[in-house]
Amino acid sequence: MPTDAAPRDAGRGSLSDVATSDAALRRFLQGLPGVDAVGLEARAAALGTRSIKTTAKAYALDLAISMIDLTTLEGADTPGKVRSLCAKGARPDPGDRSAPPVAAICVYPDMAATARQALTELGAEGINVASVATAFPSGRASMAVKLADTREAVAAGADEIDMVIDRGAFLAGRYLQVFEEIREVKSACGAAHLKVIFENGELATYDNIRRASWLAMLAGADFIKTSTGKVAVNATPPNTLLMLEAVRDFRAATGQQVGVKPAGGIRTAKDAVKYLVMVNETLGDDWLSPHWFRFGASSLLNDLLMQRQKLATGRYSGPDYVTVD
Amino acid sequence: MNDQQSGSTTSTLFGYAPAPESRSVVDIAPSYGLFIDGEFREAAGGMVFTTRSPADEEVLSEVAYGQADDVDAAVRAARAAFETWSALPGAERAKYLFRIARIIQERSRELAVLETLDNGKPIRETRDADLPLVAAHFFYYAGWADKLSYAGCGPDPRPLGVAAQVVPWNFPLLMLAWKIAPALAAGNTVVLKPAETTPLSALFFADICRQAGLPKGVVNILTGDGATGAALVGHPDVHKVAFTGSTAVGKEIARTVAGTDKRLTLELGGKGANIVFEDAPLDQAVEGIVGGIFFNQGQVCCAGSRLLVQESVHDEVLDALKRRLRTLRVGDPLDKNTDVGAINSAEQLARITELAEAGEAEGAERWSPPCELPERGHWFAPTVFTGVGQAHRIAQEEIFGPVLSVLTFRTPEEAVAKANNTPYGLSAGIWTEKGSRILKLANQLRAGVVWANTFNKFDPTSPFGGYKESGYGREGGRHGLEAYLEHA
Repeated sequence: MPTDAAPRDAGRGSLSDVATSDAALRRFLQGLPGVDAVGLEARAAALGTRSIKTTAKAYALDLAISMIDLTTLEGADTPGKVRSLCAKGARPDPGDRSAPPVAAICVYPDMAATARQALTELGAEGINVASVATAFPSGRASMAVKLADTREAVAAGADEIDMVIDRGAFLAGRYLQVFEEIREVKSACGAAHLKVIFENGELATYDNIRRASWLAMLAGADFIKTSTGKVAVNATPPNTLLMLEAVRDFRAATGQQVGVKPAGGIRTAKDAVKYLVMVNETLGDDWLSPHWFRFGASSLLNDLLMQRQKLATGRYSGPDYVTVD
Repeated sequence: MNDQQSGSTTSTLFGYAPAPESRSVVDIAPSYGLFIDGEFREAAGGMVFTTRSPADEEVLSEVAYGQADDVDAAVRAARAAFETWSALPGAERAKYLFRIARIIQERSRELAVLETLDNGKPIRETRDADLPLVAAHFFYYAGWADKLSYAGCGPDPRPLGVAAQVVPWNFPLLMLAWKIAPALAAGNTVVLKPAETTPLSALFFADICRQAGLPKGVVNILTGDGATGAALVGHPDVHKVAFTGSTAVGKEIARTVAGTDKRLTLELGGKGANIVFEDAPLDQAVEGIVGGIFFNQGQVCCAGSRLLVQESVHDEVLDALKRRLRTLRVGDPLDKNTDVGAINSAEQLARITELAEAGEAEGAERWSPPCELPERGHWFAPTVFTGVGQAHRIAQEEIFGPVLSVLTFRTPEEAVAKANNTPYGLSAGIWTEKGSRILKLANQLRAGVVWANTFNKFDPTSPFGGYKESGYGREGGRHGLEAYLEHA
């Protein structure tokens, strides 16, 4: 993942004049190609029918594991819970050291330091700490609070910040406000990477999801993310496909590559492989890496591990053969 | 991010391992007879021909070659069965049709594999498109069998008699369903001749008729070639002719039938225009273009074989289209991940090749995605021609293969003028976010079907048919019943 902010901003310079006012932003965002819902959903469903077997499946399962942001976002989270999650992320299958580690541990800001320390003690410095700052999941707080939230998480050792956008401002057409908020949070991130969460289920239309994608990318997002996992509609194949198409078009327009993270509701290996097929056929190899694609999930990992064991042994083991952390 | 992770993931391609559908679900006999009066029998002349898999040229089976005597026997069987079949209450006929529909669903995997073997089209398409539609047509027309008086074909409609039906090789089982389901629902009996290169699914359908307990003679399947079809169409005791196929053969049939009291419907060739405006939902339009021309290797009469794209988005659309075509998987039709299968026959491949070469000779720019074609069998890579003008042969003649001709336009008027400037008139597509433009253009386009922001969508409730050299009459929907009914 690029850490140097300067060339990214330079690359987006050619589009910088679209963010001078709400009206200019609106004209630009509304000028993006529309989305035909029926066609989008049909394409996502068609990609879901790819038959993935043997070597391709083995590769896909390991790739999916390495792309997981292993997540706990509960009010009841404790340091002990976070530490055991870190241990699981570092070595997902205690009985099989060939299982790769996950990409990141995703926690609330107050747990970032605990996660950082646990990962260091485990010798798993390669795993990032991701923190959902900015008044997650509603985003309903003052800018000062959101920025403070972000800075504290980064100071506590977060390598990645998952911010929520102000959906109220977006739906009211205050695009410039959303744009400025993302820029300010990005600036508060320092060296940390910024994932911008849209909460697709609240944006109501596919057209809005495409607009939010461009808005976030123009404002400097390193990743765009479907959802918080806290509402009824989270990541779906169609809304993720739409975001994949947006990052593809954005790179074509600016030369800048942005990552995508579907989150919430992806529980089975079968689902995860379907998402990888979408990435493969929409964006290709360039995005088939934890640098550019992540799964926000907690229970997905165990199903991937069980499928992995099945490939290795020829039979299903069962839930007691993977850890419950 | 640690280096070990990035290194391990970016260096490996996410390819798909082969995922072949099992052939063991279908049991193809070494030889098949003609299905006449509820029995399989040898052709009177004892002649046979072979049917091969287009994907690897393997001989699949030997099939009886029906001639005039066999045609006569089949028509007589159908004529005899007509007396009892047409006298059944509609609800009774419906029971048989429902039964056939359910058996098709139960045996759909077997039929999908069979169709893929015989035709060369991908299992994805037979499994996900053909077979569900085949069952849906029987279910739909079963529902009409006891409601014919309410179909808008007059107060007391009656069946016509024996229907002679000749179907093509591009959708062997689906075209059979389009023809047999409404004919039986209306109370007619049928003699159907499947195409020479794809007879097997019709013969399996004959078996399904027996399984359903359909009375003898109601459905007769006569395998053979063009001469068989001509004898069938010309038989004096046939009351209705339904043909789907090439315009040239359609014209011959029209000449044969002219001056008789036979009713005739023709579904012939096409050169459909797929019109993309600058405000279209472009990602979905690209999918629609791909589905419009590469579905069933472009061997579709209503294929969107002419892409009319607004000049302002020409480059953008072409870039996106080429990017998308690079992900198309061409190869073994029985592999569940194959998008584009084999061309149906060597003759068809030769015709596609000849027209594509004409395109190059006329100065259009030819492009295909990099793809390795199997050595055996009949294959043609997905092909796009840009810089095509109306005067080019590839813009005028039906290629019936995976070849797209791209033209441009500047105004809606120009798009309509170019779209209509063809001897054909079967299908068209409009891609725009502007609803009023869709409605206006749909009225101006001389095409039997106009799809808006989609393409190649079929449904048994929706009538299908052509203008001009694409034929006359409609199949599907209530309109499809009309062709099989008369009233005082």
